Amino acid sequence: MFAGYLVNTWEAATIVAVVAGVAGFFIVLRGAAFAAHALPNGAFAGAAGATLIGANTILGLGVFSLAGAALIAALGRRARQDVATALTIVVMLASGDLFLSRTSEYAPAIFALLFGEVLGISSGQVVPTAAIAAVCVAAVLVLYRPLLLSSVAPDLAEAQGIDTRFMDLAFLVVIALVTTMAVPVVGSLLIFSLLIGPPAAARAFTDRPPVALGLSVVLALLSVWVSIAASFETNLPIGFFVGATGAVWYLAGHVRTAWAGHARHPEPARARRAARTPRG
Amino acid sequence: MGSDADASRPSPPIGAPSATNTVLELDDVSVSLGGRTVLEDVSFSLEAGEFCGLIGSNGAGKTTLLRLVLGLVTPARGTVRTPLGGRGPKIGYVPQKISLEPDMPLRARDLVALGLDGHRLGPGRRGPAQRAAVDEMLEAVGAARFAEARVGNLSGGEQQRVMIAHALISRPRLLLLDEPLANLDIRAGQEVVRLLAHIAAEQHIGILLSAHDMNPLLPVMDRILYLAAGRAVSGSTDEVVSTETLSRLYGQRVEVIRTHGRVIVVAGTDAADPTHDF
Ligand SMILES: Nc1ncnc2c1ncn2[C@@H]1O[C@H](COP(=O)(O)OP(=O)(O)OP(=O)(O)O)[C@@H](O)[C@H]1O
Ligand SMILES: [Mg+2]
Repeated sequence: MFAGYLVNTWEAATIVAVVAGVAGFFIVLRGAAFAAHALPNGAFAGAAGATLIGANTILGLGVFSLAGAALIAALGRRARQDVATALTIVVMLASGDLFLSRTSEYAPAIFALLFGEVLGISSGQVVPTAAIAAVCVAAVLVLYRPLLLSSVAPDLAEAQGIDTRFMDLAFLVVIALVTTMAVPVVGSLLIFSLLIGPPAAARAFTDRPPVALGLSVVLALLSVWVSIAASFETNLPIGFFVGATGAVWYLAGHVRTAWAGHARHPEPARARRAARTPRG
Repeated sequence: MGSDADASRPSPPIGAPSATNTVLELDDVSVSLGGRTVLEDVSFSLEAGEFCGLIGSNGAGKTTLLRLVLGLVTPARGTVRTPLGGRGPKIGYVPQKISLEPDMPLRARDLVALGLDGHRLGPGRRGPAQRAAVDEMLEAVGAARFAEARVGNLSGGEQQRVMIAHALISRPRLLLLDEPLANLDIRAGQEVVRLLAHIAAEQHIGILLSAHDMNPLLPVMDRILYLAAGRAVSGSTDEVVSTETLSRLYGQRVEVIRTHGRVIVVAGTDAADPTHDF
């Protein structure tokens, strides 16, 4: 399975996993999971529109996900971000519906965007994927501290002179770039599980932000590597394995939290049991 | 900065804080929010080292006034000056509502460290000097015991101390606290008030602390800024908290009763009116 034509798959999937781990850490910390769900799912409209006018589908994805990010940010000034996100995804899906009804060559190209074509990555795809990935990781590293503070305590960030609206917008742009880069590789349905599963689980294993970020990357890498190998061996779809490994990390995180909670506070547990015992 | 008042004052020796030093000046400031005048013609100034209570009932405009000082609210009229000099965050702020999610991977010490460098770009590496500053600050506010704990899991009172450390670590000249006593029991409240009074004197910081009840602050307050119906009076506690001054401020007869070392402001002389313990 390390045959020549699969090298592109390993490379592209590895790049996607690193970026998903980095961006996902902040998505979970900021409670931006809905936006991370909406942009990849709505951006297919851009690809459909591009097919319609005979343009590059990746370009269509990029334009639409950036426009979606801008719309969420603009609407988010007046409404709560989840409402702004909901309105945005409605607009994106509606235009996708329109574009699809006007094009005849629907099926394979668009279907690939939903589930990705991880086993069919061409060598020409690896370089743009890597370039966008580098931009995303660099942006998150440059903004790391203000992004962290504005994610955990926006009013403290504001008082410290950080422009929290700029942070919102900048991070939405990062999600849009992740979408553009990752959707052709793993698909819009699967990028979401890579963005959420590993960082959500990582929180259970450490109290330190940089360690949680690193662990989130490691778990995302393990997810895609295990999934590619398992899919190759079993011929089952790769998406099934990505989802399953995500669930395994999450479960492991829960077990770890429960165990740590018990080890740290054995007294209350005993006291609760004692309280339940009827007296007299 | 650098007004006539500053220029006429003899400059203090470098490095040593001058005896009197204005850190905040409001000049006839009015604020409108949503078409309503929330603050009207407020004038006030605060010196370094002074502890001032910002007293007012719910909706009086305490939070608005603090956000005005931070520059997060723009005045409709008047000027706000914070002649603090230097670079970086010089105003420390502890907000009224603290909501830290319990499952965030963030220790108390991480949040305090972000008070030092959270506005800087890049991931940053914190050396031994920064770590020592964080330890010292946590110690100073009595938070060393839970420095390594997840900040979202701490109790309201413990989080309050972490927030104070976060606000103080950048060595501000002005510290704003919005109802820091609301979440604390009486003893913890007294401890925090004593701690803040100590910090104000020791580090020569001006403190503006909002509360709806002035009583816990009476032993330490140098002065008071009293808000009611969008207007304000300021001065020493004895000047402000008198039947005449407060009646004028409220625009109706209020009675100030001092009993057992407590101050009670009674609204209205009508027997049917309920008694307000501000
Ligand atoms: N963004 C806003 N738009 C319209 N009105 C506002 C806005 N923010 C505050 N207000 C109004 O301004 C008044 C003062 O509010 P503020 O939050 O400053 O009061 P407060 O003294 O802090 O009250 P509390 O003790 O309840 O915290 C209130 O009547 C409030 O309804
Ligand atoms: Mg308030």
